[in-house]
Amino acid sequence: MNTKVIDRLQDPARRNAIKAVAAAGGVLLFGFHIPTVRAAQKAAGTSPLQFEPNAFIRVDQLGTIKLIMPQTEMGQGVYTSIAMILAEELDVSLDQVQVEAAPPNEKLYANPVFGIQATGNSNSVRAFWMPLRKAGASARAILVEAAAKKWNVDPSVCQTDRGEVIHTPTGRRIAYRLLVGSATGIASPTDPPLKSIDAFKLIGQPLKRLDTPDKVNGKVVYGIDVMLPNMKFATLAACPVFGGRVGHVDDSAALASPGVHQIVVLDDFVAVVADNMWAAKEGLNALRIEWQLGSNAKISTRDVWEQTRAASEQDGVAAKAVGDASQALSQGGDRFDADYELPFLAHATMEPLNCTVEVKQDSCEVWVGSQVISRAQAVAAKVTGLPREKVIAHNLLMGGGFGRRLEVDHIEKAVRVAQKVEGPVKVVWTREEDIQHDVYRPVYLDKLSATLKDGKIVGWRHRITGSSIMARWFPAGFQKGIDIDAVDSAVDLPYNIPNLRIEYVRHEPPAVPTGFWRGVGPNNNVFAAESFVDELAKKAGQDPVAFRRAHLDKAPRLKAVLDLVASKSDWGKPIPARHGGRTGRGVEVQGAFATYIATVAEVEVDKDGEVRVTRVVLAIDTGIVVNPDTVVAQMQGGLIFGITAALYGEITVENGRVQQSNFHDYRMLRMDQTPDIQIHIIKSTEPPGGIGETGTTAAPPALRNAIFAATGIPLRRLPIDRDVLAGRKPNPAST
Amino acid sequence: MVALTINGQKSSVEAPEQMPLLWVLRDLLGLTGTKFGCGIGQCGACTVHLDGSPVRSCLLPIGAVGNRAITTVEGVGVTPSGAKIQKAWLELEVIQCGYCQSGQIMSATALLNGTPQPTDADINAAMSGNICRCGTYVRIREAIKHASKLQP
Repeated sequence: MNTKVIDRLQDPARRNAIKAVAAAGGVLLFGFHIPTVRAAQKAAGTSPLQFEPNAFIRVDQLGTIKLIMPQTEMGQGVYTSIAMILAEELDVSLDQVQVEAAPPNEKLYANPVFGIQATGNSNSVRAFWMPLRKAGASARAILVEAAAKKWNVDPSVCQTDRGEVIHTPTGRRIAYRLLVGSATGIASPTDPPLKSIDAFKLIGQPLKRLDTPDKVNGKVVYGIDVMLPNMKFATLAACPVFGGRVGHVDDSAALASPGVHQIVVLDDFVAVVADNMWAAKEGLNALRIEWQLGSNAKISTRDVWEQTRAASEQDGVAAKAVGDASQALSQGGDRFDADYELPFLAHATMEPLNCTVEVKQDSCEVWVGSQVISRAQAVAAKVTGLPREKVIAHNLLMGGGFGRRLEVDHIEKAVRVAQKVEGPVKVVWTREEDIQHDVYRPVYLDKLSATLKDGKIVGWRHRITGSSIMARWFPAGFQKGIDIDAVDSAVDLPYNIPNLRIEYVRHEPPAVPTGFWRGVGPNNNVFAAESFVDELAKKAGQDPVAFRRAHLDKAPRLKAVLDLVASKSDWGKPIPARHGGRTGRGVEVQGAFATYIATVAEVEVDKDGEVRVTRVVLAIDTGIVVNPDTVVAQMQGGLIFGITAALYGEITVENGRVQQSNFHDYRMLRMDQTPDIQIHIIKSTEPPGGIGETGTTAAPPALRNAIFAATGIPLRRLPIDRDVLAGRKPNPAST
Repeated sequence: MVALTINGQKSSVEAPEQMPLLWVLRDLLGLTGTKFGCGIGQCGACTVHLDGSPVRSCLLPIGAVGNRAITTVEGVGVTPSGAKIQKAWLELEVIQCGYCQSGQIMSATALLNGTPQPTDADINAAMSGNICRCGTYVRIREAIKHASKLQP
């Protein structure tokens, strides 16, 4: 099955054919390219013989080579990089393969690091690098053995290329598709030979993405584009106050609104079911809903910060202790302290949340773009009371994920609506609902203390106070009071400091639900640590690059990217002011997600406190690079995502309600503000690191440190405060 | 019934005149290439052309279209500028998640129609109404310049 089964033109004959195939096929897989011959055969009820050496590879007699994607595509390019890894060891070229999303199946497709079927934490390529190389190599070894048997020769004198086995002495060739029958039944070798790095044909090449051709012509099908026969459209409203319930609903005007079929009133939200999304929205506007606001109706961001600050005064649980930090901080040397505060953030994926569901008497079918497709299936099973195998969950491409689609709240809501609706219903959130009922990046407070002696940091304490997302989302990641995500990149601070203590205080904010956001824990910790190091460099009277370098003895890969970025960014040279403002460069280094990055940002701050980011130079060592063009793209985009957050990102709450609602008040960086971005990749033979989130963690500290260099003002909160930079208000740091 | 010309084809839809073109395209005609992003004209994901000029279809009632020709991302590839933009988008591998790209492509094509050799300032003016959450702006700029050099 395939994206193109989605009935775009609403042709009834085609729809019925699709239904029949869907019903016959059980689990449906969505991919990009439908092989016409194969589709025709399938519709006719015959299926070509298929070689299925493992969960990831399918070769059939017609020559279709299908790769099953255990990780989901949300723009990060993972369908292409994972296909490249599999294709490399299988020894086929990328234009010979098709890719399909894996169905929900934890046993076959769980991420080896998490143990669950999830795409996040920049760890698709990291986690699947060896398993998928082995899967490809094992399939190749079987095909070679099958050919050798056929030719009655020794497999060791056979090689492969572009989907063919070659008998080296004679030059005889046979295509994989002709080996499908004889390969089936040959046992997988336990330890298939892997290619050496210098034999890679695909890995390391800037190959074209597999998903983009259909993204330029409107053919691509995201979750929100699913069209089914007799489908209805719905939109919904939850209580604007977190945790509030539905009181009384007057639906008379809404039901009279053209195209509205049905109002679904549930405990915690109301949905309007209609002929199309516009009719549903108009119906929603016509509803008169009295909410029971509940206990959060007075909560504001001020309360959140008061409570968080109070919580941060207590000792935290030690997540790491080296030497004696308290002694180092209390005696000998100059002591400095600073607190850094980060706001709530919404994800604002370009594709608003949506989910299409059909609930039948003894089954349920779900169409959604999800980072956790097995959880999507599980939540639908839970709501309907059906066994999991009776829930068919189709994973579609995502118009952005950024952590929002690691949650299943929108799927749960859509299933509950669908239970009340005859036939399939597509539930689409308005942008306002999407922003105001997100699962937000938590607020974090970082208390940092350090002692300097002879220009070096001798004592360091970092106390992180914030929500534990792991405790809710993945309890194994929250043990003995420590959330492994919340302390990530703090416990593995790259600097060589003899006395160090990292503490964590779990504090859940009132009312506001919290979840993962691109960059996760390192977003907070890299910002806090790199901002503080910049302030320490200034206290020590040293250049920020030289100061960092002096503490990186045990981090040669970071030292190398730092040296590279310093030379490429004209570090130490003057910056001309292009707009008459104050200019500066700021640097940061980070080892987050097993990728080593150093970044220099250039800014210009005008007299009104407005900040232009004029240039960003980033050097990266991410180990073996699967697709260098994807690495560059992720750095460019990740930096812009991070710059957006640093310049504008903040969700605030008043009377229990989120105050922002759409892109006019939850702003995004735009084309005219986009800096010149230069990315430099260091060649490496180390295992691959993660890349999807690293640019996002890199941008805010580099930008903040550039502002510090330009203005001398050490900002301690994000987003940047233009009033402080314009001198209209004191910096909270100095109060 | 409202008569519309979409991608060169005449069709008539049974819909209220105040219904925005976006939802007519997506939900009534199944032309889902045009995207819903914000509903208030802030993000540009729903951009289509009316007689070659870019408009935000989420705010445009179909009754206001009149006899102007509608072009969507599904049809823009047959125009010389649209074909160049789509080619450049792929050659420079602009796209990540792709959700905003229909709108980006429509805005960029309209720019190239009116300004065959756009400057950075022209690109800023034409493209700043289109948000890309993946942050592909650097490549969009490069791709527009690349497209402007392609032969039709």
